[in-house]
Formats: sequence, C-alpha cells, structure tokens
Amino acid sequence: MLTKTGNLSANGTRLRKALSGSIGGAIDRRSFLKRSGLTAGGVALASTLPPGAVKQVEAQPAVSQSIKKVTSVCTHCSVGCGVIGEVDNGVWVGQEPDFDNPFNLGSHCAKGASVREHAIGERRLRYPMKLVDGKWKRVKWDTAINEIGDKMLEIRKSSGPDSVYWLGSAKFSNEQSYLFRKFAAFWGTNNVDHQARICHSTTVAGVANTWGYGAMTNSFNDIHNARAVLLIGSNPAEAHPVAVQHILKAKEQNNAPLIVCDPRFTRTAAHADEYVRLRPGTDVAVIWGILWHVFENGWEDKEFIRQRVYGMEDIKAEVKKWTPGETERVTGIPGAQMKRVARLMANNRPGTVVWCMGGTQHTNGNNNTRAYCILQLALGNMGRSGGGTNIFRGHDNVQGATDFCILSHSLPGYYGLKTGSWKHWARVWDVKHSYLKGRFASQKIMEYKGIPVSRWFDGVLTPKEKMDHQPDNVRAMVFWGHAPNSQTRLPDMKKAMEKLDVMVIIDPYPTMAAVMSDRKDGVYLLPAATQFETYGSVTASNRSLQWREKIIEPMFECKPDHTIMSLFAKKLGFSKELFKHIKVNGEEPLVEDITREFNKGMWTIGYTGQSPERLRKHMKNRHTFDRTTLKADGGPCDGEYFGLPWPCWGTAEFGHPGTPILYDPSKPVAEGGLNFRARFGIERKGVNLLAEGSYPVGNELKDGHPEFSMAMLKKLGWDKDLTAAEKAIMAKGVGDKSNWKTDLSGGIQRVAIKHGSAPFGNAKARAVVWTFPDPVPLHREPLYTPRRDLLPKYQTFKDRQAYRLPTLYKSIQDKDFSKKFPIILTMGRLVEYEGGGGESRSNPWLAELQQEMFCELNPRDANNLGIRDGQDIWVKSPEGGKVLVKAMLTRRVAPGVAFMPFHFGGHWEGKSQRHKYPQGADPYVLGEASNVCGTYGYDVVTQMQETKATLCRIESA
Amino acid sequence: MARMKFLCDAERCIECNGCVTACKNENAVPWGINRRRVVTINDGKPGERSISVACMHCSDAPCMAVCPVDCIYETEEGVVLHSKDLCIGCGYCFYACPFGAPQFPQAGNYGSRGKMDKCTFCNGGPEEDNSQAEFQKYGRNRLAEGKLPLCAEMCSTKALLAGDGSEVADIYRERVVARGFGSGAWGWGTAYERKS
Repeated sequence: MLTKTGNLSANGTRLRKALSGSIGGAIDRRSFLKRSGLTAGGVALASTLPPGAVKQVEAQPAVSQSIKKVTSVCTHCSVGCGVIGEVDNGVWVGQEPDFDNPFNLGSHCAKGASVREHAIGERRLRYPMKLVDGKWKRVKWDTAINEIGDKMLEIRKSSGPDSVYWLGSAKFSNEQSYLFRKFAAFWGTNNVDHQARICHSTTVAGVANTWGYGAMTNSFNDIHNARAVLLIGSNPAEAHPVAVQHILKAKEQNNAPLIVCDPRFTRTAAHADEYVRLRPGTDVAVIWGILWHVFENGWEDKEFIRQRVYGMEDIKAEVKKWTPGETERVTGIPGAQMKRVARLMANNRPGTVVWCMGGTQHTNGNNNTRAYCILQLALGNMGRSGGGTNIFRGHDNVQGATDFCILSHSLPGYYGLKTGSWKHWARVWDVKHSYLKGRFASQKIMEYKGIPVSRWFDGVLTPKEKMDHQPDNVRAMVFWGHAPNSQTRLPDMKKAMEKLDVMVIIDPYPTMAAVMSDRKDGVYLLPAATQFETYGSVTASNRSLQWREKIIEPMFECKPDHTIMSLFAKKLGFSKELFKHIKVNGEEPLVEDITREFNKGMWTIGYTGQSPERLRKHMKNRHTFDRTTLKADGGPCDGEYFGLPWPCWGTAEFGHPGTPILYDPSKPVAEGGLNFRARFGIERKGVNLLAEGSYPVGNELKDGHPEFSMAMLKKLGWDKDLTAAEKAIMAKGVGDKSNWKTDLSGGIQRVAIKHGSAPFGNAKARAVVWTFPDPVPLHREPLYTPRRDLLPKYQTFKDRQAYRLPTLYKSIQDKDFSKKFPIILTMGRLVEYEGGGGESRSNPWLAELQQEMFCELNPRDANNLGIRDGQDIWVKSPEGGKVLVKAMLTRRVAPGVAFMPFHFGGHWEGKSQRHKYPQGADPYVLGEASNVCGTYGYDVVTQMQETKATLCRIESA
Repeated sequence: MARMKFLCDAERCIECNGCVTACKNENAVPWGINRRRVVTINDGKPGERSISVACMHCSDAPCMAVCPVDCIYETEEGVVLHSKDLCIGCGYCFYACPFGAPQFPQAGNYGSRGKMDKCTFCNGGPEEDNSQAEFQKYGRNRLAEGKLPLCAEMCSTKALLAGDGSEVADIYRERVVARGFGSGAWGWGTAYERKS
C-alpha cells in the first residue's frame, strides 16, 4: 500500500486564525498552548513557531520560489473582503485567504473565491472593436478614440453637450469615480449617472434627509454587538454572504433574534428566528404595523425622541391607522406575528435594521427608507453600537461612487449643482467658474439635474418638446462599466439603442449591451482593465476606505478606466484643464494625485483626511485593528478606525481617526463621535430643530447648535484658534464667508472639533421630511398592483415632470392589469452572479453552478396553470415584454408571487443572441434577461426603478 | 497523532458555494468535476438547511476496501488519497462511498470513465510534494505548505471547518455551548416556542 508521509506542517493556529473573531469566546492562554502543541503530522517544530506563522516545507518546487503576495479587495459586493493574490513572474497563480482583513477574516463567497478568473479567464474583451455591417472588427485604440471623439464633437456642435450621456460605474475606484464626475463636468453635462441610482438612491435621499448622511451608520463588524437583527428586503446569504458571518455572531453569542421580512423565504430567512412574509411593495405598512404596537405599549424611547427627534407626533398620528387588522389586510402578515416582532425589537435593544434593494427599488422607495429610519429612532437605536441602520450597499465601490456623485443631480461630496457648489469645485480644480459655465449649454442647464440612468433611454425616445432643460435628445451613449439588463423596460431600451447615433461600451466583458440591439454599426467595444489590474482606493459599505494594490498588469490591450478617461479628455480637448494638478504619466493619470485632489475638496462628508499614505498604512497594518470595534489597539495606526470611515474630518495632517458609528455621542468628535447633522434649519413652525441636551462627549457647547461658519467662530470667539496659514488659504477663497464645507484649509473643522463640536452642527433627526412629496412616509400601492380593493385609499402619486422627463404614476395605476396579469412578479439576486452577470457568467467556476435561467413559482399557481417543474414557460409583462424560462416550483415564493433572478442576459424573447457576441467573448451561460418583463415605475424623489413589485402572466411554452 | 477532519456546521452554512469555487480555483478542477458541492435539504421550506460535502476522509474508508487495484491509501494524518497512475476508472469506489465523493471525468461503463478524481484535503497525491506532476494530477498540496484546505479557509460564514479533528471538535463544541439552542441544547425557545 502506498503511504504518504510528507513533511506536513499545517499547524493548529491556521485553523484558529481562520476562525478568530468569529467563534465563540476568546482563546485563553491555557487553551492556546494546548492547541499549539497539537500540530498536524506531529511536526514538533511547528509548535515552537509564533502564532500564525506557517512553516514552509524545505523542498518547494521551482514555481513557488518567486511568488509575491499582493493585497487587493474583492470587486463584487460592498463588504470589502480582502483578497490576496499570489503572483509568480507577473502571472496570477493563486489566491490566499486574507485572515488579517477585519471585514472578511479570510472568508469569501463563491464570487470572491474565484476572482482570479479575471486574470486567467478566456472570455475577456481583448482589444478595441467596432461593429461594421453587423460584424465585430478589431481596431486600434487610437482609431477608436478618434472616431468616437469626432462623432461626439459633432453631436456637441449640432445638439449640445447634453446629447451625449456618460454612464459611469460603481466598479470604478474612488479615484476613477471622482475623475469621471469631473470629466462630465468638463465635457459640460449633468447627463452622467451610475448604478447607485438603481441601487440605493432612495436610501441616500431618504436617510440623508432624515439625519444628515445617507450611508450605513454602523458597520458589518458592529453587528456583533446587536441584540436583535431585523432584515427587510435584504438577502445577505446571496447578496452579501460574508456579512452573514457577522450577523450569525450576534445571533449565536447574543442570542439576538434574527428577523427576516421578505416576500420570499430566502436563504437568509432559512436561518431566521422569525420569518415575516410580506406582499411585495408594502414595506411602509409593515413598519407602521410594528410601530403601532410600539406606540400602543409605550415601548418607544421617549427621552431619545425628546432630545434628538423632530416630528414623531406626526408619525404617531399616521401609525395609529395601522392597526393589526389593517396591517394584515394590506401586507398579509398575521397580527400576532407583528406583535411578536414588535416585542422582540422592543425587548432586545440595541437592535439593528438592515435593508437592501428589496426596500429601495419601489415607486415609494424613499418612503420605505425613511420608515425604517423612523423605526430605529422610535426605539432609540440610533447612534449606538449594536444599533443603527446597517444599509448594505451593492457593488464593491457603490458607496464611493455615490460619495463622488457620479450622479446627475450633484457634484462630488453631495455639494449639489447650485452656483456656490460649482464655485467650490472650480476653486478645488483651479479653473474659473466661467470656464466651466462655457462648457455647458447654459448656466440654467448647468445647475439643473440631468437625466438619471434609470431613464436614459427616455432621453432618447421622448419627443424633445416634452423634456425640460434638455435641448435635444440623447444621441450618444457611453456604457462605462454598466450592464443594461439590470434595468427595467428592456424592450424600450432596445428601441433607444437602435435610435442612437453611436454607442460606446467600455468594460472588461462585452456585457449584454453588445448584443441586445439589432444595430449593424455605430457600436464600439473598448476593453477596460479590472480593478485587479490597477490600484487605488475603494469604499466599503461601512464607509471605510481600503487601498488596492495592482496584482497584475492589464491583460491584452485593456487599459485602466482613468487612462481611458485621459485619452478621451485629450481627444475632446479639455485634458490640460482636467489634469491641471494631476500628473499624467504617458497616458495614465497618477492615482495618488487624484486622491490628494479630492482630499482637498470633499469637506462635506470628510473624505479629506484619507491620504494615500494613511490608507496604505492601514492596509499594511490591518491585523492591528479590532475585529468588532475596528479600532487599532497599538501599532502604527493606534486609536484609528480601519480604513478611516468617513467622515474623517479635517486634513490628513489633522489625523482624525475616522467615524466608526455615525451620530454616536458617547465619544468625542475628535475620537469618532458625532451627533445628527444640522441640515434643515434651526426652527420650524416654532419648534426647535436643534438637539436638546444631547451632545457628543466633550462638546463645549453642551447643547444643539447650527453648522459652523466663520461668522459662528467669530461669535464664539473661537476664530482666534485659526492659524495664519489657515487664514491665508481662506482669504484666497471666500474669506469670512467660509463655512465648514467651503473652507479649503480645514481650519473651521479643526477648530470646531478642538472644542468638541461636530462641524456640521448638532440637530434633531427629522421624522417628517417636509420637502418631500410625502412628508410623513405613506404606504402607496405599486403602479401595477393586484389589489384594486386598496385603491384609491392607497393610490400612487400624480403624474409629474421630474429630472427633465415626464414621469407617470397615476395614469398607469388607473388601468386595471390584474385580470390579465394576475401574478406578482419580483426580482432579485443569486449568490453566484452579480449585476448583469456579464462578468460572472463568463467565469466557468461560477457559471457551472447556475446554468439555466428560471422563474420561481409556487406549486399552487403552477398546478392551477397546468405547469410542471422544470418545463419551459413564458413570463409575459403587461408592457408587452416576454421571456422564455424554466419553471422552478418552490414554496420559497408565496402563492400569487413569481420570482426571477436578474443576472441573465444574451437571450431575447426566446432566441439566443450568442452569435452576436464578439468571437470568444460570449459568456459561458446565457439566458433571458428578467428585465424584459420589468415595467415602468420610478421613485418620486430619486427616479429609482421599481423592480420588486409588478405583474405578469405565466403560460406554458 | 493529528487526524484531519472536515465538519460542516449546518446552522451556519448559507449555500454560498464559496467552498466550491475556492476548490476549483486552487486545484484547477475542470467543468463537470465537483470535488465539493453544497447540498440543501428542504429547499425553500422552513427547516431548509445546507451542508457542504466532499470526501470525508473516513477512518476505515469503504472506497479503500473495495478498490480492486488498491490505489486508495490513507496518510498518517488520516487523509484519504489515491494514485491516478494505478486507478483503472472502474467506479467501485463511487458505489462504496456514502457521500458521492469520487468523480469521473467521462461518462460511460467499463473503464471509460477515466481516472477517478476527488477531494484530496488539499494534500496532493503520491508524487513528490508540490511537484509539477503532483499539481497536474491532484491539484495543490496546501498541507505540505503548512496550510489547510482552501474551501474551509475561505468559508464565508466559517461553517466549514477543516483541520485536526480534535481542534475542529473543540471549536464546534464552543459554538454549541454559545448557541444554547437548536441542535445544542433545550431552552426557552424549544419549551415555549419563542426566544425571549
């Protein structure tokens, strides 16, 4: 018999390391000693190695002699999992778990564990191509840039800069995101947007308007401290698998009840203590149903509300209507269960609330997000460890791309589009405001929000005279890292694609955009490098920035996105101005210079302290940060929080440690404490909007106060604390008119924090957002509702003009589609794929796991329709779209509800489009895009698309 | 003497398939061969549980007992490995294995299956440790590099544990004590159908 007696040296600490931070209890010294003696293979030597050290065997093959380990961050979701690439002579040969990274502790989901495929994959785009007579033809980069540029300049001349649409990406690094937004400004349009619009735009708007910033308030790691976890419209087991590790820690060690509210019994729900099945699109009703019990029993945190919340009385009045009976009538949730959930949340404080796209992608998405916030305010769970609204963002850098505002309604840092905002950034960019103005069609258009990505195709199809602030239709479309199949109304989008003058797709993979339309020419495919082939910073969902290093050089003829931007800027004639303070090495702008430039301007949200040097230091010393608090205990980053979660106030030299938990007054502002932002004035109808008697530890003002300005510093006599250098920088700007947002010296922020005050003031959160269509969040039925009996009581909004376009609500809801289309259609994710799936379906390790597009259908509906498991079915939409998919019979969905994943693409209404892909760049798995059945419906504030609640008809094929 | 073991904690496994792609990545396993897979029971119903399954590296492994050419062997650490040079692709091990671990690259009868392939606990095969020949036939030999199987090291929720059996048992025991419910112990939840 063969025996193998290798020099095995897998010592016991390796397993401990894999589990540290996520297993029950700490390892005490006694058990540690015991364990380190128990080494595999009985290699006694290993036990004398320091913990974590790995003894390499003597006889290594030649291949591993030169292996270099490079640290990066996964490019899929926003958890921010550390990736370690093993590179041998420029070839990416292996992946190792990054145990030191506090976010993932070495873990990966299917996608993260297979990112090396980027380097060895065979389905990447290899060189620029253009469509000629329906065939893809290889072209040179120069040729492509010249041809595209000439066409754009021609469009600019004849129709104005707003006829070119720049669609960016949450897959950009922070530097690329910032540069892209700046690029659009220099081109002269606000027709620039990215996936945040269709991901968490309603969160950003709803949450920021409630208490100041529209981001996850705590962190994945802080969930360790939660006493209850309520997920609504969030399925982390598929969308953020590594986050579940942190959730399970709370569940197992705190005995925290895990409550999952979702129309589907998801893989997350399978681990829940309480699974609450709601009808799609009734989130507000669910939350008001919970709050009804809270208020009825006096379980709300009265002192918290008195000190820190405005408008709760108005909420109470609305909630009073949501009796258990009414809640059940609307949501379908039994009254007894609502009461149980309310009691669980009330008895287990602090509890955290998590939501994702299930809550945001609705016509009243902003109402949903505000209702979630109000639940947490009522329970007093905000601004404390273990509580908070832990909003899981989608893409790896969608938080960063949002913060840099690749958005049609704002400049980087949420400065907006007002004259003052443009002047601020003009100062940072060191160009004249008049120069920027000259780039736009007019100052009026410059200060008016552009067309959102969710509706770019309406910008092509809508007659000119029905649009406002848009001189002509969109004629050129740039898909820069965006999959069209993640958007609804694909049949309309197809029409728009065919009407465009030119379409440019810039991506590592061709995406469905390359094959969706029946165009025969005027399409360009430019190969972009992945984030593993460049470097820069990325912001995880918890607002921490991590620095990626370059694992490999760009493959084939691919170029990093910022390089492609510089090529376009040169061709389009604003390169000199765009890169005035950014060094360009050949074609490639210096990444660190871009970071330093945004550090100079992002005062509003504190992206000013995260210099490249500090971020690199954090990545290098990531093992020194606590796995729950994220605070470094000793070492070079002592006292700082991992990744300097924004706001990281003041300049890098000021050394702010970052803010791990937003609005947490238990710490001084200088050490990461905070309070709600004063953003909405100081008084409304005689009621004080500032905080009362609540303030961060060490605040000399000891009460609520407005945001800081030079005038306020003078009034307090604190202006004496400003240094001469700070005053000199301020004098070059707006001098005495400076405030904490526009002072480029950072002096005002520094002085405010020195006295213990938050630069943005100290106010109450507002439960009533009087500037929104529904100041108190209301339940409103989806446009395509099956519940005609709930109209007009819970009817939708009136039709209106928004973001340059006519937007329909009531005129759609008024028609009854529910007879012919009786089944509710909802969409969501699968763990193996991401977004449009162009990338993940091209990865054989992932593609093998999900080879067939399907539609989940309850056996009851299937039996009534005569449909059997696994057979082909047509899913048809009331707007005319239809898809041919496999039926999957499961009780995961309720009777009357069907579910489809949205990652598939490459089939169109029953026909494969594989022949349309460039040769060798077709994904392994193709399928129908669910969004062919995605219907009309946009959030009333942000134009978020409705993907979660529409209607369909299902027929045997 | 250490004895290597896998254990999948069904309370934690979320069927993310990280273990599956980690294995593919590390061992260059081709399409159609699954050394590891995630099995879900009660899919879509209350009580849904998932578990990641591969070769369990049994003590007294049935595959070893039935192999007509004796190509399967157990290492000192309790890892069950085999020699692809000796394997005749008869498939007896597949019938003997209670976990469906042995995989065959081709379909068909009477030796047309090709050489058997299965999880090696990231421990290669009979060739010299970390040699090119070993990598090509069996994949990476992480144990020889002082590392544990990548599937477990990368598990998203730390559900899949791999390592010295006694240490794996210690970790699992700690968890069960911390949970105090479910498979661990009877508590209020069981007695009164609620948790608080």
